[in-house]
Order: sequence, then structure tokens, then C-alpha cells
Amino acid sequence: MIVPIIFLIICIVGSFFTGLPFSFLFDEMVIRLARNLVLVTSLILPVITGLGLNFAITLGAMAGQIALIIIANYSIGGIKGFLLSILISTPFAILFGYLVGKVLNKAKGKEMITSMVLGFFANGIYQLIFLLFCGTIIPIKNESLLLSTGVGIVNTIDLANIKYSLDKLIPITKYPIATLLVSVVLFIFLHFFLKTKLGQDMRAVGHDMEIARVSGINVERTRIISVVISTLLAAWGQIIFLQNIGTLNTYGSHEQVGLFAVASLLVGGATVEKASWKEALIGTFLFHLLFVISPLAGQNLLGNAQIGEYFRVFVAYGVIGLSLVLHAWEKSKSKTKLGEIKE
Amino acid sequence: MKELIHRLGFPRLIILIFLICLLALAVYLKISLSDLVTDMLVRFGMNAILVLAMVPGIQAGIGINFNLPLGIICGLIGALISIEFKLTGFLGLFVSILIAVPLASIGGYLYGKMLNTIRGQEMTVGNYIGYSIVSFMCIFWLLAPFKSPELIWAYGGNGLRVTVSLESSMAHVLNNFLAFNIGRVTIPTGLLLFFALLAFIVWIYSQTNKGLSMKVAGSNEKFAISNGIDVDKQRIKGTIMSTVLAAIGIIVYSQSFGFLQLYNAPLYSAMPAAAAILIGGASLKRANIVHVIIGTLLFQSLLVVALPVINVISEGSMSEVIRVIVSNGIILYALTREGGKAA
Repeated sequence: MIVPIIFLIICIVGSFFTGLPFSFLFDEMVIRLARNLVLVTSLILPVITGLGLNFAITLGAMAGQIALIIIANYSIGGIKGFLLSILISTPFAILFGYLVGKVLNKAKGKEMITSMVLGFFANGIYQLIFLLFCGTIIPIKNESLLLSTGVGIVNTIDLANIKYSLDKLIPITKYPIATLLVSVVLFIFLHFFLKTKLGQDMRAVGHDMEIARVSGINVERTRIISVVISTLLAAWGQIIFLQNIGTLNTYGSHEQVGLFAVASLLVGGATVEKASWKEALIGTFLFHLLFVISPLAGQNLLGNAQIGEYFRVFVAYGVIGLSLVLHAWEKSKSKTKLGEIKE
Repeated sequence: MKELIHRLGFPRLIILIFLICLLALAVYLKISLSDLVTDMLVRFGMNAILVLAMVPGIQAGIGINFNLPLGIICGLIGALISIEFKLTGFLGLFVSILIAVPLASIGGYLYGKMLNTIRGQEMTVGNYIGYSIVSFMCIFWLLAPFKSPELIWAYGGNGLRVTVSLESSMAHVLNNFLAFNIGRVTIPTGLLLFFALLAFIVWIYSQTNKGLSMKVAGSNEKFAISNGIDVDKQRIKGTIMSTVLAAIGIIVYSQSFGFLQLYNAPLYSAMPAAAAILIGGASLKRANIVHVIIGTLLFQSLLVVALPVINVISEGSMSEVIRVIVSNGIILYALTREGGKAA
């Protein structure tokens, strides 16, 4: 629990220096929690299944964006458009998740770096399709989506049609109640899912692949299912995220998804082998609090807002690096201890 | 034919065919071949040392050194200091290298120490340590006490420029050294000779007793221990060599490019170098100078030829997309091979 406490202290000290009113911070945090929780939650199952941090949720985010582009092409808006984009993203996400799972099964022990490179690789394919194939091979009905040359999708797509369609579904307060409800339902679902046979299998595989195999669990299949669910949640999470943001950055929105979600989860105290909804919730809160306050704190403390900007990027990378180091270190220590006992 | 494919390796065959197709297209489109060859040679010389930096890492058993940015940062600091003191030409180049090498040795030593505590996760951890260092250095570039007008913004703005021109200091000193023309192809003699010198040193070293024990430590740890080789020490040695080569590599790269690129530029620098050596036929466990030469030549030629050809037939950003797909595709291919067989 040391990591979240350190971050809490940094956040408290930092928010002291920003001079922002509490009510502003509270509103900002509720909105940020609502739009990020599903994405962060999508990482939990692969961790439990022993695949480590699934940086390839980028592919899930792409599936979500593909659905949003299709929706934008037919100009379908409102909650109907939102639900339709969830529906359209599902087969894409399942396909991508299956492929990611297949690849990661071939790279056992190197899943994290492989999932990361896979994210970069998929990004290349994504750009190829949307820059070159759209408007040439793939017909696009809505011409405002195309670049002036008629080939390729524009850099930013306005999602005004579905903006806040989920957030404002239950218009009781100014807060995105419906989105928060979705996150809570997801947490409950996850809780009960892990108690089912499949959920227990995932735990077993995560604990020890060989023992799981001996006790009759289809290890490869379990790992693939875990990644498929993760990718699917990431796709839906990205749609929820973007309906709040309101604009889709066609070639950029998905790039940082893996980084920020992973950093959030780790800030909450999760490790490569242990994660639950609690860490997701705490981590998302702390990481985004830091995100909000660091530019202002940098401005007020050091007279340069850019330092704060760079600082939060450094925190995102640093927290991932540090927790990977600590985890690998502890693991190798426990390994040598076991070795000593055997001798 | 099957024999040939087997010996050449599947990825190399594809890239070679792709390259030949692009070359044929270039001829058809009447793009000057001599310009292309000149570019190929320069790009080869620019990048080869950075690719060479991968060799000691792989030989010592730490896999692909994704923490190349560490060495690159050291190289950049060396170059910045030499410009701060208004050194030009060869003196500037050598002073840069002279400052960068000890810095990189210290950095490499500490990083190697750390890698020894996290066996098995070197690549994932290295990647994020690299990212953390780059983003941390972004803050450093903002605050660093450099005074030379070459380095800082002319008016307004804090810290160092994003790109520092080397036009008045050491741009092209190696490229122009003993350069001569064959027909209309310019040979950057100094650049190629410098690479040859470093490659020769790395090769000679790998033939000595010390180099051999490093290779043994990398390829078979248990065998190395039973022969009284201190594996931890060998791994640190490999890491230091890799980091030092990266530092020299970026200085040579920058003098040829004409600019120093600071801030986020080194973030993904390990990817093309890793891709090049893997294209050359290296694996996660085996690499030598031949892989460096073949890989860099193939990969850089592909990029050089792709740019003008694709500019004629399609959008400009396409060659960037191809770079992303090819480089990440080959890394992915290597990561998913059983037991680190050659890619």
C-alpha cells in the first residue's frame, strides 16, 4: 500500500500549491473517474490470469474508435448512436482480442513487452487503413470525414452527435450518474465473474500455468478468453471516454490509452500479479488528481507550467518503470530464496 | 528455392522483395538512382552505430537494449557541452564523445546493476526506464544552465531549444571527411570509416577471452557459472558497452543530420535500432556485426527508397506508416519465436 500513500501525499501537497477551490477539484475528479474507470478496469483480468499488464488494450481502443467512425459516417446520434457504437465495436474487439491472445500465447514470459510492441504494430495497421484505404477501397459516405484529397480520414472527428449521450442519460445532477453506474455494475460483474468456474480457472492459470495444466485447465484458451474480455472492455471504455470528451483524435486518441490506464492501475497499488477494482478506483482517482494539479503546481512552484506538464508524463512513465522494477526484484529475490531451500 | 528461403529467413525475404519492388518503381518513376544510393549510404552510416549498440547487449544476455535512450541522453549532453564551449569541427565532435563516454559508462554501470536484480524482465523494464529518463530529462532541458545563444531560445521561452542546429559547430564533419564522388554518388567516407572502426573494435573484443566469456554468460548462464565466469559482471559489461555505443551513435547521427533533437525525440529511438538488427538476422540471444550491416542496410534502404516513391503515388505520411509497421512487425516476430531463434 506504500505507492498510493506516497501519491496521496504528493497530491495533497500539490493541491495545496495550486490554490484551486475544492469544489472545482471534486467536479473534475468525478468527471475523470467516470470517463476512465472502465478503461482501467479492462486491465484487471489479464493481470489475474498472469499475463501482466496488457498494454495491447490499445487494440480495444481502436475497435471502439472504428465503431465511432462508422457511427459518424452515418451521422447517428444520441443514446441510440452510443448503443449502436457499443454494438458495432463488439465483434471488432472480440476479433482483435482473440488475435492478441494468440500472439501473447506465443510469447509466454515476455507478454508485457510483446503486448506493447503489438500496440505499436497495430497502430501502424490502423493508420494504413484509415489514411490510405478509406475513401479508396473502403467507401465513406460522409464526405466531411475525408481529408481534402478525398483519401484518408480527417485528424479530428467531431462527436457532438453522441457527446454526453451516456453521461447525461440520467439528468438528475450535473454529474455523469449513468456512466458511474456503468462502472459500478462492471465492478460487481467482475467480482462475481471471478467466483465462477472460468474466473477461478483464470486465477489458477495466473498462479501457476503448469499446475493449472495438470489439473485439466485449458491454459491457452483461458488466457485468450481473458485477453478477449480485456480488449472488449477497453473498446467500450474508449467509447465511454470519447463520448465525454466529444472529439475523436483519429490518429492519437488511442495511443496513450495503454500508458495512462496502466499507470493509473499501478498508482492504486496494483502490481504485475495482483489487481482488483479497489486498486483501479484508488489509482484512477490519484493519477488523475495529479494530472489536474501538476501543471498548476509547476506554474506556482517553479514559475513554469511546462515543467508540470513534463512532470506528469514523467510520473506516468516513472510509476510504471518503478513498479516493474520493484516487482521483478521481489520476484527474483523470492526465487533465490526458494533455490536455497532446495539445496 | 526452399533452401534459399530457409537460409535467408522469411522476414528478410519479404523485405528484400519489397525493397526490389520499390526500387523498380523508383526506376519506372524516373527518380534519380544516384541520389537514392547517396542517401542510402548516409542513412546507413548515421544509424549503424546505434544498431551496433544492440550487439553487446544481446551478446551479454540482456536481450534487446530498449534503454538505448539512456546512452542517447548522455551523447546529447556531451554534444551540448561542446557547443556551449563554442567548439567546432572535429574538435567539437571529439570533445562531445569524450564527455559522453564517461557519462554513458556510469549510466550503463548503474543500469546494468539494476538489470541484474530483475532477470527475465529486462526488456519491459528497460523500455519504461528509458521512457522515464527521457521524460525526466525534458524537465532538465528546461532548467539546464546553458548560456550559448545557439542552444537557448532567442527571446522568450525557457530552457533549451527543441532542435539545436549544428550548422555552425560540427554538422557533417564526418560525412565530409575524405568524401568523394563516384559518378553522381557521393561516398561519405569519414562516416563509414568511423562506423568500421567501432565495428572492428566490437568484433575484436568479441574474439578475445573477455569477449568470449561475455558471450558465454549471455548464451548459457549455468555453463558460464560452472566455468567460473562471473555472469553478473559480464552482463554489466555488456550493458555499459551498449550504452557507450548509443552515446557515440547519437553524436554521429546528429552531426550527419545537422541537428540535435532534444525533449521527446529520443523516446522511441530504440525501436528502429532493434528492428534493424533483427531484420539483419539477429535473435534475442544471438547477434554479430554481420547482422548489424545487413540489417541497417536493408532497413534504411527500404526507408530511403519508400519515401520518394510513395510521395509520388500517395500521401506523404505513408512512408512513416510503413516504417512503423515494418519495425514493430519484425520486433513482434522476434519476440514470438520459440526460445529466441533467429528472426
